Amino acid sequence: MTPALATAAAPPHQAAGFWRTYVVSTDHKTIAKQYLTLGLVMALIGGYLAYVMRWQLAYPDTSVPGFGFVGPETYNTLVTMHGTIMVFFVAMPILLGTFGNFLIPLMIGARDMAFPKLNALSFWLLATGSLVLVVSFFVPGGAAAAGWTGYPPLSARAEYTGVEWGLNLWLLAHAIEFAAFLLGGVNFLTTAITMRAHGLTPGRLPLMIWQLLTASVLFLLSVGPLIAGAIMLLMDRIAGTGFFLPDRGGEPLLWQHLFWFFGHPEVYVVLLPPLGAVLEVLSVFSRKPIFGYRLIIGGTLAAGALSFIVWAHHMFVSGMDPRLAMPFSITTILISVPFALIMFAMIATLWRGSIRFETPMLWALGFVAMFITGGLTGIFNGSAPADIYIANTYFVVAHFHYTLFAAVFFGGFAGLYFWYPKMFGRMLGDRLGPLHFWLTLVFFNLTFFPMHWLGLAGMVRRIADPTQYEMLVPYQYLNVFVTVSSLGLIVAQGIFLLNFFLSLVRGRMAPANPWQAATLEWTTSSPPPHGNWGPALPEVERGAYDYSFPGAAQDWLPQRRLAVPAIAGGQE
Amino acid sequence: MEDVAFRAPASPGQSRGEARTGGEAALRGKIAIWWFLASEIMLFGGLITSFVLARLGGAAGTHEPLNVTVAAVNTFVLLTSSYTMVEAFAAAEHGNRPGMRFFLAVTVLAGLGFLGLKVYEYSGEIAHGFTPGRGGFWSFYYTMTGLHALHVLIGVVVNSALLVMAGAAIRRPYRVELAGLYWHFVDIVWIFLFPLLYLT
Amino acid sequence: MLLSWLPENVSSFGRDVDGILSLIFVVTLAWFIVTIGTFLVFVIRYRRREGQPAAHVTGERWREAAWIVLPCVLVLVLDFWIDFRGAPVWAKIKVDRPETDLVIRVTAKQFTWLVTYPGPDGRFDTDDDRTFMDEIHVPAGKPVQLSLQSQDVIHSFFLPNLRLKQDVLPGRTIFAWLDAGKPGKYELPCAQLCGFGHSGMKGWLFVHEAGDYERWVKEQWPGGRS
Ligand code: HEA
Ligand code: HEA
Ligand code: CUA
Ligand SMILES: [Cu+2]
Repeated sequence: MTPALATAAAPPHQAAGFWRTYVVSTDHKTIAKQYLTLGLVMALIGGYLAYVMRWQLAYPDTSVPGFGFVGPETYNTLVTMHGTIMVFFVAMPILLGTFGNFLIPLMIGARDMAFPKLNALSFWLLATGSLVLVVSFFVPGGAAAAGWTGYPPLSARAEYTGVEWGLNLWLLAHAIEFAAFLLGGVNFLTTAITMRAHGLTPGRLPLMIWQLLTASVLFLLSVGPLIAGAIMLLMDRIAGTGFFLPDRGGEPLLWQHLFWFFGHPEVYVVLLPPLGAVLEVLSVFSRKPIFGYRLIIGGTLAAGALSFIVWAHHMFVSGMDPRLAMPFSITTILISVPFALIMFAMIATLWRGSIRFETPMLWALGFVAMFITGGLTGIFNGSAPADIYIANTYFVVAHFHYTLFAAVFFGGFAGLYFWYPKMFGRMLGDRLGPLHFWLTLVFFNLTFFPMHWLGLAGMVRRIADPTQYEMLVPYQYLNVFVTVSSLGLIVAQGIFLLNFFLSLVRGRMAPANPWQAATLEWTTSSPPPHGNWGPALPEVERGAYDYSFPGAAQDWLPQRRLAVPAIAGGQE
Repeated sequence: MEDVAFRAPASPGQSRGEARTGGEAALRGKIAIWWFLASEIMLFGGLITSFVLARLGGAAGTHEPLNVTVAAVNTFVLLTSSYTMVEAFAAAEHGNRPGMRFFLAVTVLAGLGFLGLKVYEYSGEIAHGFTPGRGGFWSFYYTMTGLHALHVLIGVVVNSALLVMAGAAIRRPYRVELAGLYWHFVDIVWIFLFPLLYLT
Repeated sequence: MLLSWLPENVSSFGRDVDGILSLIFVVTLAWFIVTIGTFLVFVIRYRRREGQPAAHVTGERWREAAWIVLPCVLVLVLDFWIDFRGAPVWAKIKVDRPETDLVIRVTAKQFTWLVTYPGPDGRFDTDDDRTFMDEIHVPAGKPVQLSLQSQDVIHSFFLPNLRLKQDVLPGRTIFAWLDAGKPGKYELPCAQLCGFGHSGMKGWLFVHEAGDYERWVKEQWPGGRS
């Protein structure tokens, strides 16, 4: 099959028709866009649920415009599905699915993934899982209502929540989603290990690739126990087993151990890809090499390893043996060290730079500030005695929106505004971009910062009506304030959608390398042709971040060896 | 129609004429299988750890009426099939098509035999009233052996596919090797399950 | 700043919890100021200017790397300081429970707290037990043990004013303790999602002066010996 290669480089299979080009395509770039579309659609649903929830919290038991009346049962469904959708069907598809698929082949100089068909299968599995989840809203009894963490016995028996099929479908959707990302992760790793361009040693890999790979490994190694747990929970529900039901000899805490053994690595699976995107953006827009490239890799790996031995910090007050708490508290707080290293490295990258405040850079800087805030509140949770008070309050809700929202949206938008030109061949509107950023930054903080106060004042999570609690009545004004701010936050995302679609048709045409960036993907056209590289595969002759090299003619030195002899790649 | 041409020499390593044995493709396949198995280890590891902890906690109950003899025979059957799988790969590597087909057929039959015996065991236990709903131990027993049986079934399907498409398997013997890696893994899982469930 | 948002503390160990919260607050606030401050200074100081190219600093040499590694050592030290100060507080509240005269059984079920007193004979599951709904009465200034159980799903026993939270599991008994100093009426929300009535599942803790408590006991067990 090899000799035909050089000739096949010319025009991609335009004749292939709509079906093959957009639906069952095996091209990693198309698959990345499919993930993005899916993630956007699910984000709209997740955001809509947040809106209904917020309205109910500010004006309990009034009819929510665009939804109707929210009873306590419905509220539990809203929380559950909001969390599930945002983490598993927005964050994962956009951060791993879109960025992983789009960037891994392009940044390592490959033509596609190692297993393109498997890649398409992963996406369609995920799409099926999403469909199952959405369908679960409409089955009798409604969608899952046991929290995104699905603690049994509540989740194990239909009579406890009144949800019968909704929860089974919820479990099924997870199972399909995990299969999808398991296959996807295997594909990512195999691709990055075996298909790197000539000269692209591990020490020259862009940090984005390191982060994506670490995230994949974390996912692969942590998801097994939760799949086991999900099978057990499903058996409890439909086959009458008693894994988690005490009256059948089971143990409810077992689920929490299995869930969080996965759950904590999972939050880093969600964090690392946007962290990588931010690192790329910071370097490009301060025209400086990343400060401490190898230290960052070391820090990432250390944090990844540590993430496997901290899970019980979600269970300090769960009733597990209290003597286990301090050991887990120590490992948890220890994880601040590698993240401190990475954050310091990001800040040091700015030092003596020449910072350009283009839209991707605004988001990247926003990520740094917001993630530090969210990470620091993690320390409150991580200290076992402090968590006695804080656990299950809005302080935790504030913590994880500062971290998750920072990752998914600030980091995600940094990446999206940065790589959009490469994906779609047009610039993502640079006039609406900063407006979107500033509004999001302001409303994000107005929405989520007061939640710390509410949590400290004693407001517990997953309640439909704060005014039922006498101690919270004086603070109801904060809930109203948060809700109003969250409306601003949601409306601000409308600007993004507008910008996104307008730019698709009207955006400025993007040159191959609009940001003067050094990594490989910027040396092919925007968008790259089918097969990415024309006849010759790129070769790499330096690290990913040689900006402002003393004495160089321009302020960046591309990773790619230029002026390659015309024979490279295709010849026998 | 497919874009094979684009994918071929993904890294310079491949142009070194290993195409016949599928050097690069075999390597990719192997790396992929190993990562896949790593997560499978975590899956069964999660179950086994849960079981052991439940056992230590004294919650899991007895396993009295399990049919140890049948299970021992089954262990033997599965071990034999691992051996025939190795032979099938050896035959494939030597281009020995009849040999490969023979050993694959034996492996598939052994897999089916294992599943048959398992069904026999299940029906006996259920007839005695030991259903999954019986509580602690039985929850684990059915879930763990059931999940394992599902893996055996997938192996049987994969091996049958190789058997049917023997021509392709001879041209790309590494496919037999990859199926073998998976099959041995399924075997090893049983080696853990058997003593844990039947003997302790 | 942080503590002023907390409800009034009335328990003996609450001060220790608040102490840990303030310690972490001080440490993290200091780091917040240092990191975000440096960040803002750099962002403003090093914005793009004509004729001022960026420097080629990789941070790979030790002299440079020390700028980020040494602060990490300080982070490590502070981490251990937080653990070191936290461990005794945790042990006091959750591990070393004191012996008490009074044990109250609190049984959670969807969606109430059933509060059972052993009665004058001091033993549970006898005729003189009395069960109250969503009301716990304790004497001020005396440690009291709680024996927590659940009949269905997981609930969480949360007394914000006493800085006490403990999940309640079906199928086992978990002990907690409290020592409330100040008489009054304190809200007791359930802090773990437990079904559609989770919102609004709450009770009250009544803390009585010693004499008032005796009177309350007399009212409940008119014929009692103690
Ligand atoms: C992207 C997501 C993300 C990230 C990155 C994190 C990061 C961290 N999280 Fe968070 N967390 C969640 C998502 C995330 N978390 C979610 C979703 C939940 C709730 C789940 C649920 O119950 O529904 C949760 C809940 C949660 C809990 C349980 C709370 C409870 O239920 O009672 C705990 C407890 O330890 C915790 C701790 C931490 C810690 C220590 C970090 C650390 O990784 C943070 C490290 C970073 C820093 C510390 C900042 C940088 C460092 C410095 C500037 C140096 C100075 C620092 C010191 C001196 C300490 N998290
Ligand atoms: C990534 C995760 C994520 C994100 C982004 C959000 C976003 C939001 N969340 Fe959510 N939240 C969770 C994860 C997330 N949440 C989780 C895990 C829980 C716990 C659930 C549980 O307890 O079981 C939770 C719980 C939770 C609660 C607590 C409910 C309770 O305990 O009773 C509240 C309350 O206010 C809330 C509010 C909001 C609001 C107002 C937003 C707003 O920010 C929403 C704004 C977003 C949009 C409007 C989406 C539209 C965006 C686009 C269309 C752009 C597309 C983006 C890209 C392409 C990058 N969330
Ligand atoms: Cu009981 Cu929430
Ligand atoms: Cu965690």
